[in-house]
Amino acid sequence: PGTFKMAECGASGGGSSGDSLDKSITLSRREGLQASFHPPGLNFAWFVSPLTGGSLTKLAYYSTVQHKVAKVRSFDHSGKDAEHDHEPPYEISVQEEITARLHFIKFENTYIEACLDFIKDHLVNTETKVIQATGGGAYKFKDLIEEKLRLRVAKQDVMTCLIKGCNFVLKNIPQEAFVYQKDSDPEFRFQTNHPDIFPYLLVNIGSGVSIVKVETEDRFEWVGGSSIGGGTFWGLGALLTRTKKFDELLHLASKGQHTNVDMLVQDIYGGAHQTLGLSGNLIASSFGKSATADKEFSKEDMAKSLLHMISNDIGQLACLHAKLHGLGRVYFGGFFIRGHPVTMRTITYSINFFSKGEVQALFLRHEGYLGAIGAFLKGAEQDNPNQYSWGENYAGSSGLMSTAPELGPTQRARSGTFDLLEMDRLERPLVNLPLLLDPSSYVPDTVDLTDDALARKYWLTCFEEALDGVVKRAVASQPDAADAAERAEKFRQKYWNKLQTLRQQPFAYGTLTVRSLLDTREHCLNEFNFPDPYSKVKQKENGAALKCFPGVTRALDSLGWEQRQLALVKGLLAGNVFDWGAKAVSDVLESDPQFGFEEAKRKLQERPWLVDSYSKWLQRLKGPPHKCALIFADNSGVDIILGVFPFVRELLFRGTEVILACNSGPALNDVTHSEALIVAERIAAMDPVVHSALRGERLLLVQTGSSSPCLDLSRLDKGLAVLVRERGADLVVIEGMGRAVHTNYHAALRCESLKLAVIKNAWLAERLGGRLFSVIFKYEVPAE
Amino acid sequence: MLKLVGGGGGQDWACSVAGTGPGGEEAAFEVARPGDRGEADGWGPGWGCAGIPDSAPGAGMLQAGAAGPVRGGQGAEEVGESSGGGEERAVRHPQAPALRLLNRKPQGRSGEIKTPGNDLQRGRLSRGSRVAPPTLGMGDRSGQRERLAPHSLGAPPGTGAAAVNGMLHNGFHPPPVPPPLVCSRGPVGGGDATPPRLPLLPELQPQPPLAQHDSPAKKCRLRRRMDSGRKNRPPFPWFGMDIGGTLVKLVYFEPKDITAEEEQEEVENLKSIRKYLTSNTAYGKTGIRDVHLELKNLTMCGRKGNLHFIRFPSCAMHKFIQMGSEKNFSSLHTTLCATGGGAFKFEEDFRMIADLQLHKLDELDCLIQGLLYVDSVGFNGKPECYYFENPTNPELCQKKPYCLDNPYPMLLVNMGSGVSILAVYSKDNYKRVTGTSLGGGTFLGLCCLLTGCETFEEALEMAAKGDSTNVDKLVKDIYGGDYERFGLQGSAVASSFGNMMSKEKRDSISKEDLARATLVTITNNIGSIARMCALNENIDRVVFVGNFLRINMVSMKLLAYAMDFWSKGQLKALFLEHEGYFGAVGALLELFKMTDDQ
Repeated sequence: PGTFKMAECGASGGGSSGDSLDKSITLSRREGLQASFHPPGLNFAWFVSPLTGGSLTKLAYYSTVQHKVAKVRSFDHSGKDAEHDHEPPYEISVQEEITARLHFIKFENTYIEACLDFIKDHLVNTETKVIQATGGGAYKFKDLIEEKLRLRVAKQDVMTCLIKGCNFVLKNIPQEAFVYQKDSDPEFRFQTNHPDIFPYLLVNIGSGVSIVKVETEDRFEWVGGSSIGGGTFWGLGALLTRTKKFDELLHLASKGQHTNVDMLVQDIYGGAHQTLGLSGNLIASSFGKSATADKEFSKEDMAKSLLHMISNDIGQLACLHAKLHGLGRVYFGGFFIRGHPVTMRTITYSINFFSKGEVQALFLRHEGYLGAIGAFLKGAEQDNPNQYSWGENYAGSSGLMSTAPELGPTQRARSGTFDLLEMDRLERPLVNLPLLLDPSSYVPDTVDLTDDALARKYWLTCFEEALDGVVKRAVASQPDAADAAERAEKFRQKYWNKLQTLRQQPFAYGTLTVRSLLDTREHCLNEFNFPDPYSKVKQKENGAALKCFPGVTRALDSLGWEQRQLALVKGLLAGNVFDWGAKAVSDVLESDPQFGFEEAKRKLQERPWLVDSYSKWLQRLKGPPHKCALIFADNSGVDIILGVFPFVRELLFRGTEVILACNSGPALNDVTHSEALIVAERIAAMDPVVHSALRGERLLLVQTGSSSPCLDLSRLDKGLAVLVRERGADLVVIEGMGRAVHTNYHAALRCESLKLAVIKNAWLAERLGGRLFSVIFKYEVPAE
Repeated sequence: MLKLVGGGGGQDWACSVAGTGPGGEEAAFEVARPGDRGEADGWGPGWGCAGIPDSAPGAGMLQAGAAGPVRGGQGAEEVGESSGGGEERAVRHPQAPALRLLNRKPQGRSGEIKTPGNDLQRGRLSRGSRVAPPTLGMGDRSGQRERLAPHSLGAPPGTGAAAVNGMLHNGFHPPPVPPPLVCSRGPVGGGDATPPRLPLLPELQPQPPLAQHDSPAKKCRLRRRMDSGRKNRPPFPWFGMDIGGTLVKLVYFEPKDITAEEEQEEVENLKSIRKYLTSNTAYGKTGIRDVHLELKNLTMCGRKGNLHFIRFPSCAMHKFIQMGSEKNFSSLHTTLCATGGGAFKFEEDFRMIADLQLHKLDELDCLIQGLLYVDSVGFNGKPECYYFENPTNPELCQKKPYCLDNPYPMLLVNMGSGVSILAVYSKDNYKRVTGTSLGGGTFLGLCCLLTGCETFEEALEMAAKGDSTNVDKLVKDIYGGDYERFGLQGSAVASSFGNMMSKEKRDSISKEDLARATLVTITNNIGSIARMCALNENIDRVVFVGNFLRINMVSMKLLAYAMDFWSKGQLKALFLEHEGYFGAVGALLELFKMTDDQ
């Protein structure tokens, strides 16, 4: 619907966190974006944190984003012979599509009027009469809002909003939660989302502390709290040190020595604590020394002591509650935590200490937005956003940690867009692949680049170097658009900046992986209206490959059974060499368009391959047919048509049903679901086996729900999952570097699986102990 | 374990006292620096929350105790004067100690050799389980000694020869005590034969040192003979000591059934201690006897007498040890049972300076045994334990006696400088559940920083006048009323010191309000943690002890309220009259046990 929903929150106590950075508000940026992409009209919800008179306001709104998509459509000439030489196999049209997006931004309260003006400007033609509001700031700004916007403010419960928001991010943002370990590298350990997020304990540390047990989407209970919280740190800290700002206090604390103020065990036991096996550094009495020693204490030391006192106390209470309710996961939020490594560190220490490792302190990347998200969800209940899946848009979101008080001025300036989060509504809900052996431990990515500095350096450079080519291709894909070059340049700038951010803060968007780098690039391209830069390339390739299909199948059919199996596998692999996503290949392709299927086969490594369980696979093929195979396809053109389809055809021969899963949206030259549908029809017209299988629904084409060159088996289209269950799929084939090597290389499935790829990256090949164009053929049978 | 270390002859307590202060300004219990906050009230450190892993022996908790400042300074002045005189004397009479020194040292060393305190203590503390607290009786102890320090056998306490051997074997050197100081410890008295002097006001009756006419050996013999008729009873004086991080708690048993013969035999030194302690209520500037807590007509170990409760700041500990040295305390052959972290911290000082070997005891054992004992004997006919009736109604809330005859299970919350929380299932089955570093020390420490006050009394006085709701942010300050979604009352504190985030409010707040808020914050937090522990341990009786509660009705009523309110009446908060002294009493009880087993 052409509405523009808005939630807004303010008064996040983080208050002073970075004056300069919050000033950027990014209103202007948003404005620009909305002017070009958003239809007028909006309604909103308003959220304000209850906790303090803090100086940050968060604005959350829901917009419908209009953007261009490339659509493919078969020519309506089924009766005619399609074998004319220069005729493309289908037509491409660029259409406007409207998708829903959630935006969250944060700015200082001083800008609230500007913000309201901004909202007002977009209020035209809206039927909205109500703003959802919650929290202390909601009361504070109620009159102003009502007067300015002529809308009624409807108050929402704060904790309800926080919890709704928390559920929402935990469900929709993979790697939302992380464990913080100060002295390890990386400091952030992102958790893959547990398929079942409930029950958990949420400890919200605002000015006070609320401890809430969340059991289901709608059921939660306030189990306790404490008045010793962020307000105590701030208020007491201000009294003790005459330092006004929260962030400055944290900064003082980070430089202090609490042992000068606290009475430690060793102060009481003397040196004997060692022989007694006590840790002498444990605090026996917070501020104990200031009661007995008549001297001046430094601000830093007092701030540190205060921080320890409060963090330890909160950690202890959280552990006591976790123990009472038998919960092992405790999420921490609130302005006391918000992006502050100092507090995350002390809280983590405290939790580890008091729970002896039985309770895990978890933090959230988007903790600061929970209230705003929740308020929005409350206000949008009639639209029921919870029935959709949402995906974080890396292009429109800023990373974690930009407000860390330790950051120097330069870093602060760079983090000017910190306070942004965009979530795109996905058309259909995403779920786990039912065939995952253990969904809770499934990690899609093979290499964690936050962990692996060497690999990180390589890949970041690799993506930087490939950027020129991507820009060039983007411009080339829209020859008729006058502003294409300009937009492409903006894209370059944006992605370049993201890469630089990631160099500094690899953890900014969760675990850094090749997948996240690829996805970010796709998001950035979309952001600047390059929905499918490869659409024409794919079209051309598909046309050419379709012409070769009859010849290839004829050749295969003439082989003996055993030879044919090997040829089919080689075909799959050779097809996979055609991959515009890999730099080495795109170089070859750009310079030598005649590079052909046979050429690719010759390039392939001879057996034994780098990873080679072909014999085992062949052995298996001699046995009974699989019931149903799920195949994740990779590239357009040669790959899907001359590699995958002949393989599919053989499976169908054997009596195995096939589910062919392709991307919902474009990513590089990957075949999309709609392209695959056309290709399948064209092949069916040439090949009776495919034809009858399609008609008989023994060959089914489904979409993955993804627009990524990689594959996250925990976020797949629900329709796919349903079908997999219905058909009793017992074989999963994953093809290509992005899906079978960068991701899922270690994925454990309940059924047989085949992961195959050609390593088209020299560095990666070397890392795996092979050379360029090494072959991975990994056939796995689950242990009984 | 402490000991004897036979000194050469009777001590003149009066003289000792006199000889104490260095500058002639400070007396026995005085704090090192005049005006030092140390004289403020404080607590023995409880275990800090921050943490002691429960597995750590730290489970031992530091006992609470409090020493009030001397009000009016009378005692201090008096003692101060006298100590000046003492020093003069000390300089004047440097002669006596030569022989005694020789004699005493070996014994002192022998004590050490025999019972390496650390080893013994470590052995005890590192026991995996607290389920069976050690019987610290002699036999038991020897057993431990065998196990822990086999090489230390063979030197029974008090045998000079063995002691000397021990010294020789171990190559100990005499402690680095300068001769004049030794001298200043006062002359060796006439031993048991010396007619007692009874200086009621010792400081006014400086006594010249007596000639030393009994050999130490004879003195020992006499002493032993004196006790020999009463087996299983340790020699006087009977002390139990709990040395906390902030405060030293001392209990002293004053025998009232002394026969004429005994009085005759009583060594001068011993007598003067008795007289000094029982005739004063303040010692030096910071030592205080809590007269109102005195347990009268108590029978302990077969003797009738009164149990006195004394406290002084831990920072006066060195002065105290110095006094012990100067008074030649070691000549009394008594065992000084001590618990608390200070028993470890000051052990070396006791040995090196005063030639005293401490018998170190586990503080949690002491706490529990002491508590059970005091409750069992009652408070001079009145009950020791009490609770508050109608805790949630300020009008009707009143103190009521509680019978703790069936105390188990109980959650014991000991609030000293820090706080320890124990779950007690029987006399000797208990575990330390947790602790927090936010305790009495935190209250006083923060109050000192926020208001410039210097003593616990001062801090409490201010707190009594203050209003914490000016400082704290209440639920209603945020929601304009109750927070119904979570069933929180508008009057509940949402954020301690939350109003102090605002500069205007900071600038206009009174010290009294700040003191009150500090008190309320710390108290509520302890209450909250205690309540969670009670829930987790499934215990509905919560006993609060420790010197944080001394003269602190505000906290007691808050705790009573909090337990009742949050548990909807399921939890009962209990309190005890002798708040902070149980560790010291427990230490004294160990003295009897040792002797029993001998």
